[in-house]
Amino acid sequence: MSFISYLINGISLGSVYAIIALGYTMVYGIAKMLNFAHGDVIMIGSYVVFVMVSGMGLSPILAVIVSMAVCTVLGITIERVAYKPLRMAASPLAVLITAIGVSYLLQNIALLIFSANPKSFKSVVTIPTVSLAEGQLMISGETIVTIAACIIIMTGLTLFIKKTKAGQAMLAVSEDKGAAQLMGINVNGTIALTFAIGSALAAIAGVLLCSTYPSLTPYTGAMPGIKAFVAAVFGGIGSVPGAMIGGILLGIIEILSKAYISSQMADAIVFAVLIVVLLVKPTGILGREIQEKV
Amino acid sequence: MKKQLSMVVAAAMVAAALAGCGSSASDAGTENADTVTENADAGTAEDAGESADAGSGGTFKIGGIGPVTGAAAVYGQAVKNAAQLAVDEINAAGGINGAMIEFNFQDDEHDAEKAVNAYNTLKDWNMQMLLGTVTSTPCTAVVEKTHEDNLFQLTPSGSAVESIQYDNAFRVCFSDPNQGTASAQYIGENKLATKVAIIYNSSDVYSSGIYQTFAAEAGNQGIEIVSAEAFTADSNTDFSVQLQKAKDSGAELVFLPIYYTEASIILGQADKMGYAPIFFGCDGLDGILAVEDFDTALAEGVMLLTPFAADAEDELTQNFVKAYQENFGDIPNQFAADAYDGIYAMKAAIEKAGVTPDMSASDICDALKVSMTEITIDGLTGAGMTWNADGEPNKEPKAVKITDGAYAAM
Amino acid sequence: MKKINKSTKNNLITYGIVVIAYVIVMLLNVTGHISSLMEGLLVPLCIYVILAVSLNLVVGILGELSIGHAGFMCVGAFSGAFFSMCMKEAMPAMARFLLALVIGAVCAAACGMLIGVPVLRLKGDYLAIVTLAFGEIIKNLMNVLYIGKDSRGFHVSTKDMIALGLEPGGKTIINGPQGITGTPHDASFTIGIILVLLTLFIILNLVHSRDGRAIMAIRDNRIAAESIGINVMKYKMMAFTISASIAGVAGVLYAHNLSTLTALPKNFGYNMSIMILVYVVLGGIGNIRGSVIAAVVLTLLPEMLRGLSDYRMLIYAIVLIGLMLFNWSPKAIALREKYSLRRILGKTGTKNVSENRTEE
Repeated sequence: MSFISYLINGISLGSVYAIIALGYTMVYGIAKMLNFAHGDVIMIGSYVVFVMVSGMGLSPILAVIVSMAVCTVLGITIERVAYKPLRMAASPLAVLITAIGVSYLLQNIALLIFSANPKSFKSVVTIPTVSLAEGQLMISGETIVTIAACIIIMTGLTLFIKKTKAGQAMLAVSEDKGAAQLMGINVNGTIALTFAIGSALAAIAGVLLCSTYPSLTPYTGAMPGIKAFVAAVFGGIGSVPGAMIGGILLGIIEILSKAYISSQMADAIVFAVLIVVLLVKPTGILGREIQEKV
Repeated sequence: MKKQLSMVVAAAMVAAALAGCGSSASDAGTENADTVTENADAGTAEDAGESADAGSGGTFKIGGIGPVTGAAAVYGQAVKNAAQLAVDEINAAGGINGAMIEFNFQDDEHDAEKAVNAYNTLKDWNMQMLLGTVTSTPCTAVVEKTHEDNLFQLTPSGSAVESIQYDNAFRVCFSDPNQGTASAQYIGENKLATKVAIIYNSSDVYSSGIYQTFAAEAGNQGIEIVSAEAFTADSNTDFSVQLQKAKDSGAELVFLPIYYTEASIILGQADKMGYAPIFFGCDGLDGILAVEDFDTALAEGVMLLTPFAADAEDELTQNFVKAYQENFGDIPNQFAADAYDGIYAMKAAIEKAGVTPDMSASDICDALKVSMTEITIDGLTGAGMTWNADGEPNKEPKAVKITDGAYAAM
Repeated sequence: MKKINKSTKNNLITYGIVVIAYVIVMLLNVTGHISSLMEGLLVPLCIYVILAVSLNLVVGILGELSIGHAGFMCVGAFSGAFFSMCMKEAMPAMARFLLALVIGAVCAAACGMLIGVPVLRLKGDYLAIVTLAFGEIIKNLMNVLYIGKDSRGFHVSTKDMIALGLEPGGKTIINGPQGITGTPHDASFTIGIILVLLTLFIILNLVHSRDGRAIMAIRDNRIAAESIGINVMKYKMMAFTISASIAGVAGVLYAHNLSTLTALPKNFGYNMSIMILVYVVLGGIGNIRGSVIAAVVLTLLPEMLRGLSDYRMLIYAIVLIGLMLFNWSPKAIALREKYSLRRILGKTGTKNVSENRTEE
């Protein structure tokens, strides 16, 4: 019975990673950059909701919508100011470093505004905990909502990319920027749209992260951000279903290694599993093998 | 070839480097004068820089070090704010024997190397006494330097044994072994539980230090540790496994030698699991009720050994909490209280020893080393606090229990 | 006099910068014109320069992204400090420190090989994530490692100090998250500079050797390199191992500069690995001298900004973004070209501009 309980906890933690990883993988697929600031956009989004709900007494739904709007604007601004000028730079690493700079910047802005004192985040989820098998198994409302949100977003994104013109444009840009431009696709616009969607997803991820683990500090986004990055690579970076699978697997591995091997060495075990998986499947679980051409 | 620097990049970088050097050179230039006088007054105890305001009694230069950015910023900010508050109060009330205090707090980002940099910055500023560092590992690195320079150091919250291993260093908080043993004894003597589970942070010096001494003492108190599970700074969001194990092992009491940031999540998750043992913590748990928007019902019945409670009834605490909230907006935690007491302890020791601002840091240190063991202070973190020559404070930890969203003495 | 070849001249400039910097600092030091802060920063500066230069071998010359460099530094630091602690009374300081350096380098190199064999089969971001994973594994293991010594020899545990079962009077050397306390303060600026020069010598010579050209050929086109008979795995391993062992040396220096050594996220986690990567990228990928300068500038910058108190790290972040845009954005490069000194002086020397990795 405790195994099933651990499994549920793992899925719960994993679904939080998954929802962050979706934003990561989305941006990576199109812009081919690791947006290290993604975790910090999540943190900003959570603070917006916190201020709206606790400070101004708005309804949580409204707060989430405002937060998504704020994050979208933030994401587009970051892209314009810090990433776009480097898109044509000699090395793709340049933009990675600016992303790190942006990450420091967001953390320190939040530190100045909100101080380092942790804020306790009121859950926006009102669904009660589901109790199974006479109280032996508990599934919290947050877990249910997170998993549901994850599936909805994943399906939505997949449909958006497959069925809409903008989505097709994204695919084209990710395949070949130059050719896409020649086909009359607005490359800059498409990349900006990707950042907008990715950042709006970050706001949702932030709310769900903080509802499940209700302690909000300027550094809240950093570690889940890195874990989600790992999850996105695990599932095959650039692949939307891969991010979800990667996230949930990572959560399950983390919880099970804590439960059955050693809680002190859980981090090491998670990363060791990751290395082994990548050695067997070098492009992640759902990643595409790209044939190298001379 | 490709390794060649592009000339423009080189020019930019060199310009940047020169700008850096330029400012450092000018800093070094101005500081140089100070350093020379500092060297001179090490022997002759005359400070040209300070003589200007000697008429008004001079100025004591107290430095502070702690993390005000980075993941441990919450502790450093509390110390910085509370120490500044105490300094302002003392200055407003006429200073120490007529001498004002100047307080300069430097960031160490919770890193030993940065802490040494911060210490050197303060040395260039001619610091005479140090309140710091806030966290244990940087403190252990800095105490080595203050020992070399013979500079008086009082750490508000560096709790590792090595943090004050020299005779020039004292602390306001309890040491880790002290807390671990005291907790085990308290649980044993009051027969709170015989089966105890522990959840601790294995990547943190404070937490693992308390855990180890608790485990060592538990056997003597007839306590059986049925589960001891760790978490790390990298996986401190989900505690379901640790709680599940505690629950499955039939523990009546869960010992949490951790800080309140994580504890607030643990309490929430335990509640969702429907698990309600006695939770018992150390001074790190203090502050949990002050977390903005925290549902205090979750902390109902939590017991902790702490020297400070922000809603204690005494006038001193109430005034402090009120002033702190007015100035900084937050409710002060235990770190703030330690820092506040630290400044007043320094004041008492200075008065006792009769040191004056024109003395060198080394002479002040020699005098304070002695007077620190002779003073008795009624502070926020304990009445009748005294210090022994090892630098350890002598005060009683108070056991408090959270009832109806407030601390109540037991 | 024979005309010196261009790359040799370039290398000499790099060595020259380091030597001149050393002489200036020593002169300032002797005449007492140096602040305590600067004096305390000298050894860390050497450490970060060594780290940046060694990572540049992997990122710039070999062309693989590694974000686990701090892991090798951590291995070197702990093995070197462990040795020094064991031999604290038994050996003279200088010999002990030199041996510690060697041990740190060897341990880190061994780890580099261990992780290199499987890992170098991966590419790009997947390789990057595995190096990150490796760094985090090392940090986590160091945090649960307890080693003590008593009359019966060494005791090792991964649980806690009590599990070591030390006799009374036994000494804990590595105490889990508290790490190693009381490491002798053996590092000095002179040793640091010697190690910097040594690192530069190794890397610059490697780059300009036959092996170095083979490594760069792999970077520029792996398949073409393979087709002309270059053993890709061998050269990848060579670059990776050398880089790791030099990082290990930097770790030993780090451990012997502070009396306390702990594996915190701040000093050995991915944050540090990324910081080293920042030095490399800011200085110019593949550009050794650039790494040296960038490491120095970025280490000094936050210390110089201390006067800004609360706004320090905020300004640091903005400066970092600004420097990156200035150094890397094609528009900024074009602008700089337009107004560059050479242009103004009427010389035709713009061919050097943005020659970093032009062969891609």
